Amino acid sequence: MTDNVPAVSVGNVGQLAVDLIISTLNMCKIGYFYTDCLVPMVGNNPYATAEENSAELSTNAEVYSLPSKKLVALQLRSIFIKYKSKPFCEKLLSWVKSSNCAKVVVLSSSHSYHRNDLQLRSTPFRYLLTPSLQKNVESKIKSLNWEEMEKSPCIPEISDSEFCVRVPGGGITKTLYDEGCSKEIPLAVLLKFVSEGDNIPDALGLVEHLNEWLQIIKPRCDDPTASALPWKIPSSWRLLFGSGLPPALF
Amino acid sequence: MAATFFGEVVKAPCRAGTEEEEEDEEERRETSEDREARRQLARKREVRLFRRQTKTSLEVALLEKYPCSKFIIAIGNNAVAFLSSFVMNSGVWEEVGCAKLWNEWCRTTDTTHLSPAEAFCVFYHLKSNPSVFGSCPRKNMQVTILTCRHVTDYKTSESTSSLHSPFLKALKTQNFKEPPCCSLLEQPNIAHDLPAAVLSYCQVWGIPAVLYLCYTDVMKLDLVTVEAFKPILSSRSWKGLVKNIPQSTEILKRLMTTNEIQSNIYT
Repeated sequence: MTDNVPAVSVGNVGQLAVDLIISTLNMCKIGYFYTDCLVPMVGNNPYATAEENSAELSTNAEVYSLPSKKLVALQLRSIFIKYKSKPFCEKLLSWVKSSNCAKVVVLSSSHSYHRNDLQLRSTPFRYLLTPSLQKNVESKIKSLNWEEMEKSPCIPEISDSEFCVRVPGGGITKTLYDEGCSKEIPLAVLLKFVSEGDNIPDALGLVEHLNEWLQIIKPRCDDPTASALPWKIPSSWRLLFGSGLPPALF
Repeated sequence: MAATFFGEVVKAPCRAGTEEEEEDEEERRETSEDREARRQLARKREVRLFRRQTKTSLEVALLEKYPCSKFIIAIGNNAVAFLSSFVMNSGVWEEVGCAKLWNEWCRTTDTTHLSPAEAFCVFYHLKSNPSVFGSCPRKNMQVTILTCRHVTDYKTSESTSSLHSPFLKALKTQNFKEPPCCSLLEQPNIAHDLPAAVLSYCQVWGIPAVLYLCYTDVMKLDLVTVEAFKPILSSRSWKGLVKNIPQSTEILKRLMTTNEIQSNIYT
């Protein structure tokens, strides 16, 4: 079973990507992640397609599943309370370990302005694999010609600093990756370099990239000129940039 | 990064909340003594229940001492004014406790002597009707939460200036079977903070609960805003709780007048 988890990161791209997956695959809500680590928030069903299913209450951390594809998704809808992100990662990974997932995929993003010259010239997508997942999927990942996230100086201000994996703007991504390595959890990170703004195209890019590997949706036909895969935009993505404008403004 | 109107480059806030890198750096620079000090401070956080009349602490959880079938919580001045004037004016309501909390963001450092005089959360039960804070087990409890939000928080395809505020919207848990007294809060609108925390708890633990949100453009105590909660008075579960509406309006007007005098900036 694969578990998809977003990191609350720059542009909220991971969360938008998980929304697309849940909405497109019409995944069923199977539970809540009830935690005091996230700011409380509630709203009606963000994936409502009709009047009948619009009145289901949603909370800030919910788990969805699609048994036919052995897929589980955790959606996080609010930010972490100060100093609670690390305890959250520990609780999350301990739940993942006890649920016997074959692998966990963390969808995330990183500040595009932190890229070095080489990164500026290459694909905006990067991946990371923990050692316990590497042996199983490395050959598949290599066949896709994906780029691994490069190491950068741990302390940029110091010229002879050691190199390590850094994910600026990635929220809990680095913590999840580090904990995944030390606790031997088969975890992958898939991220895109983005800037804040209208991040819907970034989310679409990220899920299509993920789809190359996991084949969550099969393309409609083999026609290479066909438009992008049929990802369903959730109804809650309306008014992302606020209410309508007062006519008097013009 | 972003450039402001004056051309200086500033760090734009990240929608992902706190810059995790900075928090990580802060945590790296933190020594183990700092972490221990922070943990000790966090341990001092408390929520204490008092009886104001006797100045004694309540030793058991409130709902254990006074199990109830209807739990109504009003958050904010207009919601509290509504509850005081329209619900608590009838019958005899007895104060059963008040809650005082302390965390490291409070101004006072005194955690041992939380003064009941500073209480800002008071619990009442209806003496004549034991089913409200009565003897039914918690499983049959129904929760109602009342609060206000500014109308500019409400997202709609029209401009918010064209909305006729105040207006009421509802959010309910799965087990709340009664039809709400107003339309449901449409996506992409959400509720957060304490009302969301209470509703989340009820949703997760299967308690029937409803949150009534009044969107208003007046956040201070206001007659029109308080009266916007009136549709709730006709709900089935509140039958018997509300008796004298004309008297309630009088009580409300008196509350407003008292408040107006107090808010004069010259006194």
